[in-house]
Order: sequence, then structure tokens, then C-alpha cells
Amino acid sequence: MPVTTAKPDAPSDDKRWRIVDTRMRRLGERPEALIEVLHSVQEAFGYLDTDALAYVGASLGVPPSKVYGVATFYSFFTLKPGGEHACVLCTGTACYINGAGGIVAAIRRALGVGPGETTDDGKLSLLTARCLGSCSVAPAMILDGEVHGKLRPDGVVARLEAL
Amino acid sequence: MTQASGAERRERPARRRRPRGPVLEGPARASAHVCQAASCLSARSDQVFEALADRVTEAGFTDVAVKRVGCLGLCAAGPLVEVPQTGQLFENVRADDVGDLVEALRTVAPGAAPVPRAPFFARQVRVATENSGRVDPEDLADYRANQGYRALERVVTSMTPAEVLDEIVRSGLRGRGGAGYPTGLKWRTVAKAPGDAKHVICNADEGDPGAFMDRSVLESDPQRVLEGMAIAGYAVGASRGYIYCRAEYPLAVARLKTAIREAGRAGLLGEEIADTRFGFHVEIRLGAGAFVCGEETALIASVQGGRGTPTPRPPYPAVSGLWRRPTLINNVETFANVPPIIRNGGDWFAGIGTETSKGTKVFALAGRIVNTGLVEVPMGTTLREIVYDIGGGVVDGRPFKAVQTGGPSGGCIPEQFLDMPVDYESLAGVGSIMGSGGMIVMDDTSCMVDVARYFMDFCREESCGKCIPCRVGTTQLHTLLSRITEGDATLDDLRQLEELADMVKHTSLCGLGQSAPNPVFSTLRYFREEYLAHIQDRTCPAGVCPVANREVVG
Repeated sequence: MPVTTAKPDAPSDDKRWRIVDTRMRRLGERPEALIEVLHSVQEAFGYLDTDALAYVGASLGVPPSKVYGVATFYSFFTLKPGGEHACVLCTGTACYINGAGGIVAAIRRALGVGPGETTDDGKLSLLTARCLGSCSVAPAMILDGEVHGKLRPDGVVARLEAL
Repeated sequence: MTQASGAERRERPARRRRPRGPVLEGPARASAHVCQAASCLSARSDQVFEALADRVTEAGFTDVAVKRVGCLGLCAAGPLVEVPQTGQLFENVRADDVGDLVEALRTVAPGAAPVPRAPFFARQVRVATENSGRVDPEDLADYRANQGYRALERVVTSMTPAEVLDEIVRSGLRGRGGAGYPTGLKWRTVAKAPGDAKHVICNADEGDPGAFMDRSVLESDPQRVLEGMAIAGYAVGASRGYIYCRAEYPLAVARLKTAIREAGRAGLLGEEIADTRFGFHVEIRLGAGAFVCGEETALIASVQGGRGTPTPRPPYPAVSGLWRRPTLINNVETFANVPPIIRNGGDWFAGIGTETSKGTKVFALAGRIVNTGLVEVPMGTTLREIVYDIGGGVVDGRPFKAVQTGGPSGGCIPEQFLDMPVDYESLAGVGSIMGSGGMIVMDDTSCMVDVARYFMDFCREESCGKCIPCRVGTTQLHTLLSRITEGDATLDDLRQLEELADMVKHTSLCGLGQSAPNPVFSTLRYFREEYLAHIQDRTCPAGVCPVANREVVG
């Protein structure tokens, strides 16, 4: 365990760091708070960049290798900035056997993005999820935080193109 | 309020005060229960609630309640509104079309004969989900009005921990997370383990794709889970509990936070519960999307802030778990069963179900089935009753092919076993597992080789990489399965598939790898002819795989 020295300065004077700092203080700035704090950073900034990882690690007394290991282990964390809109398409079992694969293919054909990619104009990030738990309305997706279900490939493409 | 048009992006509403239902004068003659679980909410049931509350107020009803409730079960037909006095269920309700509902509420007379319940509901027995669709998930007072926290109060004021353990043992409750380990035995082991600091963890990292039972329980009745955890804490001697919940379930997390806050304010969590010396604190820990964290030791590593990789057992978490303290880990549904067991007695619970599997089980019905949604049935109910009587059969009247239970660790059960009573042993006997309760129905449009490949793809990506049989084995199995679906395989590949699957099963470190080959085994056992059709005839009987024509990938 590294010796915790003085608290490092936030990577920038962005006000969102205050939210993260508050969260770290409430969790006691201990190594075991790492995942909770990474959630806070991602919620505030949308993704985790290298500066953020370094800062969180230094604040909690976790070595950079371990911070990076955790951030890349969990699929919920992303190290790349997302597009303006986020479309999370469910590829769980119920969605899969109800045609989620066809929707991924239709989006790729129409918009030229695959899972984990962002359109060239930065407008849309396409992500896939292992299961959104919305199996009763399969196939389902979360578009900008809202669940949409009973999807058809052409309907999804039309909706995404209209963004 | 009208339905927002689909194309325009809806602004997320800022956090505002929860609109209330109409104010009642005296007891309610009629009530409308508006489902506010995730599935109905995605169909804008929040707007239905507001519209209905407005219309009821406008109509001047002073004896009609409009209430938010948890999951009503028939998720596919949401938004759902139920009138409990008559048992009428309104499906696909729209905020701009609640006239029929208001009319129905106008005419409900006290003591009216209830309408017969559809088989979907009539065949169910509710224990873990007894409050779903009945209580307001964000209202502690409503939970308490439905016997909530009676069990905890009784436990801390008039029972010894040993008596609580006896009651749980007597109930025959087994872990609902999948493996079915006897809950009473687990509690006893933790209670007996030396050490004064012990922990309780609720596993709410529902990772199986196609399973949403725990999500529904957390969204519909979060207080029940907290009550079950606190009772467990008292029984095993723990004062701290953690709920490890998926970050993918924001609504469940929000409702849990509300529930913890409200219970703390009411003195039902925290120090000196019910004015006794027993204290119990609960915190939420968010998962971050790793299937392997369903495994106990990996879950503990994750709660401690690290990568979710498993460690060999023993030592079992019951002896050395979270921060090396004795730790009790149970799943959401297991805890949800605890308060009714204490209230009604272990013998009552043991009277439901089969010889080896007591009580009820919540299943998430999904896939190619008419009534997708959440059902709770006694153990020992046959698959046919679940799929046909409750589930309404296969969509479009297509032929049934298989039902998949247990997610990526389970198997596909073919038609010949439809009359088999469902319990832990019978499912294991046909090469599947109970799992957490996902039940996915497949018809002739699903290719069983493709399904096996799909699950192997899942395990390959979710393998944590710590042990080689799982990390490399699942990848190689996936390659072999892909070769078969693409029409490039020989019979030699099939033999290699079987050998490798066996090796991965027997040499992997944790449950993920040990059970990853299960979908392969079960499809080979019952649908071997489909494998052979791909290999020898270069055809896919279901027309799914790109065996002959590579253009249809997708």
C-alpha cells in the first residue's frame, strides 16, 4: 500500500470535480472506494480519461496499474468519450432470439457504426449490453437514458437517423 | 399530457416532487394500481399515473385511490393498471385514453364479485412477490400497512438468533441465485464462524441475460429485501450489510436508496432497531458490468474495489469473506422470502413445493412466448403449465422447440420434458440448472447450434481471464461453434468440441468456466441432429446460420 501523501490537485478547475471530491470524502478516500468513485467520475464526465484515472488513484492511494486494471475490467466503464447521443442496444438472450442481431446489422448498414463505435460526426455512439432486463419488450434499447422496446430494424434506423 | 412524439428527444425531467394521487375522504371504494416498474415506465406509465390522477380528481371522486405500485407481472402488455377490488386488469393503457378506466372506477361497488382472473395470474402463488403490484415501492408506510417490518420487529424483540436460524432451516429455503444451497445451513455456518465483525451481502448483480426477477423485486418492493437482510444480520451476528447491485438497473438503485433512507429515518435500519441493542446498516455498492461477479468470491473482490476475479474456495466466504470476515451472501429473491417465513413460520413455507425444493420460485418468462413477464409458482409446477397455461404458449402458434433455463450456465430443455415438475434436482437431471430464474422459450426459428454459440460468446467475453481453461477454452469452444455455424466444420471438430467442453468443465477455477460448456452439452444431447445437419449437409434447419450463404451474417 503506497503511503498517502498530501491530496493531489484536481486535473482541472472544472466544477464537476467538486462532485467527485465530495463523493471521495464521503467514502473516506480509501482504496476500496475505487469503483464507486469511478462511477461518479463517469457520471459527471461521461468517460474516464487518463488524467481522471491518475487523479482518482492518487487520491485514494491506489497505484495507477490497479486503477487502470479496474477501469478496463468492467464493461460499464469507458475510456473514450462518447457521441452526443448514446444508443445501448440489448443483445441479451431474449433480444437475441427476437432479432437483435438484425438490428445491429441494419444500424451498421445505414449509419456505418458497429458496437463500441461512434459515428464520424460524433453524433451517435452505439453500444451493446449483455442484458438490460427489459426482456418482456425484447428487442430493447436504451436511447439517451430511456428504454425503448419491441424494436424493428427499420424503426430503429429511422429513429437514429432523425437524431 | 400527451404522448411525446417518438422522433423528438425527450428531455429528462429534472428531479421534482412526486405528484400525488387524489386526496381521499375516508376509505377507498375503488382504487387504480398503476404499475411503475421499469418495463411499464418505459411505456410511459408515469404519464398514465398523472393523467389518471388528474381525471379522477376532475371527476370529483373522493373515494377512489390512484396509487403507484410495483410490477404487475404481465410486462409485455404494459402500461398496466389494475383495479384490485374487481381484479380487472387494463393493458396497454395510454395517458391520453383513460376514459374506460375512469368509467370502471366510477361503477365499482363495494363487495362486487371479482372478475375471474386470467390463468396467467390464477396459477401463481405469491410469496417473494406478494407485494409486487400492491404496495407503493417508494412508500415505507404502505409497506408497513401490509405487514412490512413485522417480521424484523418480532425477531429482534422476541426471538434469539438461534430461533431465527431454526425457523429458516425448518422452512427448507434454498438459495435462489442458482445453485440452491440450503439457506439455513449457510446462515448457521456464518453464525458459528468465529469473529465479532461479520457482514451480510445481498447479491443483486443479476447477470444472466434474459433474467429480470431480482430487478423486479428491487423495483417493486425494496423494503422487503432490506428487512430480509436485517433479519439475516440479526441471525448471524452481523451489523453491516451491502447490496451489490448492477449499475444497469438505475431505477432499482434509486428505489433502494429511497428505501434505505426511509427505513433509517423510521428506526428500522441503523442503530438500536425497534429500541433494542441490535443495529444494522446497509450500503449500496454498484456493480460495473461483469458477469463473473455473480460468483461469491469475485463479488467480494469487487465490493472491495478491485477487479472481480474469483479465488479458490475454501476458504468459503462464510468463514473468510469480505475483508476476511465471515460473510453471508444471498441473492435478492432469497432475502425476499425471509420476512414471510418469519411471519408465517418455517413449516408454512415447507408446505409449499416439492420434497427437496420448498416454497415458490419467481421466473422471468421471455423469448418466443405470448405472455412475457414475471411469474411466481410453487416449486414442482410443470414446464408445460408455466409455458402454456401461464405463458400462453409460443407466439404466432409456432411449434415449441426448447426452453432455456439458467442463462449461460444452464441448458436447453426439449419438448419431451415439458411435463417434468420444475425443481432443483429435476432440472439438473436433464442437464440444465434452476439458475436465477430466467426462462427463455424458443421456437423453430431458433437454431440450437447458434444458441450454443451465442452463450459461448457471452462466456468468452465475460471470462475474467484468471484461469487458463476458462480464458482460452471458451475462446476455442467459440471458434469451433462458429466453424460449425459457418459450415466449415468436420466431424473431427465436433469430437474436439466435446472433448474440450469436458476439459473446461472439469478444470476451470470458478462457476463461470465450470458451467460455461452446459449449453453445448445440453444442445448436443437433445439436438445433435442440428449439429450434424450443419456439418454433414451444410444446412441450418432453422435458417439462421450462414452455413451455405455467407451473406446473411447478422
